[in-house]
Amino acid sequence: MRRWLGFLMLIVASFSASAHKASDAYISLTWNGEHWVGRWDMALRDLQEAVGLDLDDDGRITWRELRERGDAVTAHALSRLDISGDGRACRLDGQGLRVDEHSDGGYAVLDFQADCPATVRQLEVDYRWFFEFDARHRGLFSLVAASGARGTVFSPEQPTQRFELVADGGVWPVLAAYIREGVIHIWAGYDHLLFLLSLLLPAALAREGRAWRCKSSLAEIGTDVLAVVTAFTLAHSLTLALTIWQYLALPSRWVEAAIAASVAVAALNNIYAWFTERRVWLAFGFGLIHGMGIAGVLLDLALPKSGQALALLGFNLGVELGQLAMIAVALPLIYWGSRQRYYPLWVLKYGSTGIVGLALVWLAERGLDVVILSS
Amino acid sequence: MRHLLLTALLVFGPAALGQAFVPADDDQVLEVLPERGGDAKLLALREQLRAAPDDRALAIQVVERYIALGRAEADPRYFGRAEAVLAPLARSNPSAEILTLRAVLAQNRHDFSTALADLRRALALRPRLTGAWLTQAAIHQVQGRYPEALQSCLVVSRQAAGLAGRVCVESVLADSGQLEPAYRRLAELLSIAGPEPAEERQWAWTVLAEMAERLGDAEAAERYYRQALAIGRLSAYPLAGFADFLLDRQRYAEVVALLTGEQRADGLLFRLALAERRLGHSEAEEHQRTLAARFADSRRRGDTSHQGDEARFELQLNGDPKQALTLAAANWQVQREPRDARILLEAAIAAGQFEAARDVLAFLAGTGLEDARLRGLVERVAGRLA
Repeated sequence: MRRWLGFLMLIVASFSASAHKASDAYISLTWNGEHWVGRWDMALRDLQEAVGLDLDDDGRITWRELRERGDAVTAHALSRLDISGDGRACRLDGQGLRVDEHSDGGYAVLDFQADCPATVRQLEVDYRWFFEFDARHRGLFSLVAASGARGTVFSPEQPTQRFELVADGGVWPVLAAYIREGVIHIWAGYDHLLFLLSLLLPAALAREGRAWRCKSSLAEIGTDVLAVVTAFTLAHSLTLALTIWQYLALPSRWVEAAIAASVAVAALNNIYAWFTERRVWLAFGFGLIHGMGIAGVLLDLALPKSGQALALLGFNLGVELGQLAMIAVALPLIYWGSRQRYYPLWVLKYGSTGIVGLALVWLAERGLDVVILSS
Repeated sequence: MRHLLLTALLVFGPAALGQAFVPADDDQVLEVLPERGGDAKLLALREQLRAAPDDRALAIQVVERYIALGRAEADPRYFGRAEAVLAPLARSNPSAEILTLRAVLAQNRHDFSTALADLRRALALRPRLTGAWLTQAAIHQVQGRYPEALQSCLVVSRQAAGLAGRVCVESVLADSGQLEPAYRRLAELLSIAGPEPAEERQWAWTVLAEMAERLGDAEAAERYYRQALAIGRLSAYPLAGFADFLLDRQRYAEVVALLTGEQRADGLLFRLALAERRLGHSEAEEHQRTLAARFADSRRRGDTSHQGDEARFELQLNGDPKQALTLAAANWQVQREPRDARILLEAAIAAGQFEAARDVLAFLAGTGLEDARLRGLVERVAGRLA
């Protein structure tokens, strides 16, 4: 009794100094376009407990020892993980061991595959590894599917989790997601919008000699705007698709710099009036380059192989919608402003000068790969 | 300029995991097992338990051994192992002892409400179970409920001979306005104490050292800490206390000497990293990164039992007073030791949000807790709140 009492006391006095990295395992399941690929990090200390790794009992675990116990590790782990797709169990195949170092020591990394079908709608994961040895063990799980990434933490109290995936039949949510991406991207891409804006600033004016006069008919203005926007849209949609499908691949630094140059040219055009009636060609020509730049973002989003066309369509739609939104706001202002006396000087000339300045800064930044304005 | 939004979603995914690799060399050492993890006695006990899984007394022995290891190594994995062994026992008609052990493990997780519930059940079964009273006293003390703590301590001192009860009583009295007299009485008690178990003595000396520190008597505090540490490596508690004492006096080299090699315990690793940072040692960088990773992992697990340490980390190593304040305030809701008050005060001052510390001032005034280390901080906050 005394012994027990004393021992308990040393427990109670230990609050502040307790350590906090308990036993964790990390599991990820990813759809790579063809298979469900898994990676499972297990602490070597835990594995020692579960299957025994230290074969020569010297207190150290070497790569050789881990390799020799590889089959046992794999069998032990995969027998305590169940993955089923739409109610049908998926077969799990171990594909070998690697190692990694985490914040609390060495881990064995088990690569595996699950043969759940590509079109699975619902995945159910049941995790029971190591709970029998350690009630505080947690399985930190993440699932990466075409529709996004999800995560959960498995514990003895919650060993099962279900994930709803969007099957290929469920088109709308994926489409909506990419439309959203398109809108966000075009609004965040000041250079695209600024280029378009520069082309539209003189839309309600016509050049006469060295002066500007208001266009009289709404139809004239409307046709002008429509032509410019359509040309730009057609051009960038074309090169967006070609770049995504990898028929075009120009170095991004060049593309980015060219985009900056296009903004400068468009703005300069408002000052020096090189092409007034034929801004359409400017819109089309540079639009081709803008499309390649927009594609850059989409490429970074790592499109799933299945449903790529859908993603592309959605993204492009989003870009157009974003553009339209900007035009809807800007156009009335341009129309009204063009009727004011100060417009040609202040907005068209000086405003465009400002845009040229900004564009030249971008050109310097992108061409020389330096940072002048922090974005 | 270019926003990569969907990629941000992959924060949870494989991108967050490191670069796994296949070692080139068969003899490459991947992990060094903790010395006492291969504890012969523990292994023997576990073998016996595997052979006779229904032997409750044996299981309790295994649990106790795991807990002792966990304390000595300051390694929470052992507590998890203990819980796993205890779980099946606790399911069917648990005895008072088993309930108390479960409470001890819950309290180690900082799950105080579960622990107290188990202790109430245990005491209902066996009202004279000293271990349960002691655990209950400790939890109440950490929560700042000194009257309840004192009651439990008094029961222990009545029931059991030896140091435990007296240290418990004096420790609580010291926290509730009688620091000086409690300190003198405890010092006297220890000077004449006979052959008590090592754990009790180490605990008593550490408590005495903290009292001396709180009174501002640095010399005595150091003497008592060294006395506690000389008893042996039974727990990380005196190590942490002494390290804080040294850190407060900028004796960083001594902290490094004291804690070198202490990688497993987050609390100790943090104090080591702090000293290394102040000294400009190169290891500080790596240790800081390790700590950040560990705290992030704990958060992913849903483990919030370390917010006090994390608050100190954010304030003193990461330089983020706002985050430190959030953590310190959350920590204060759960536990109210002088250390917890201190980090909340420091974080509030650093973040310029003095209002956040009002509760601490009220607590200190209400309980009468004295601590020389807090005085300056309290004055600063009080001045700004007046």
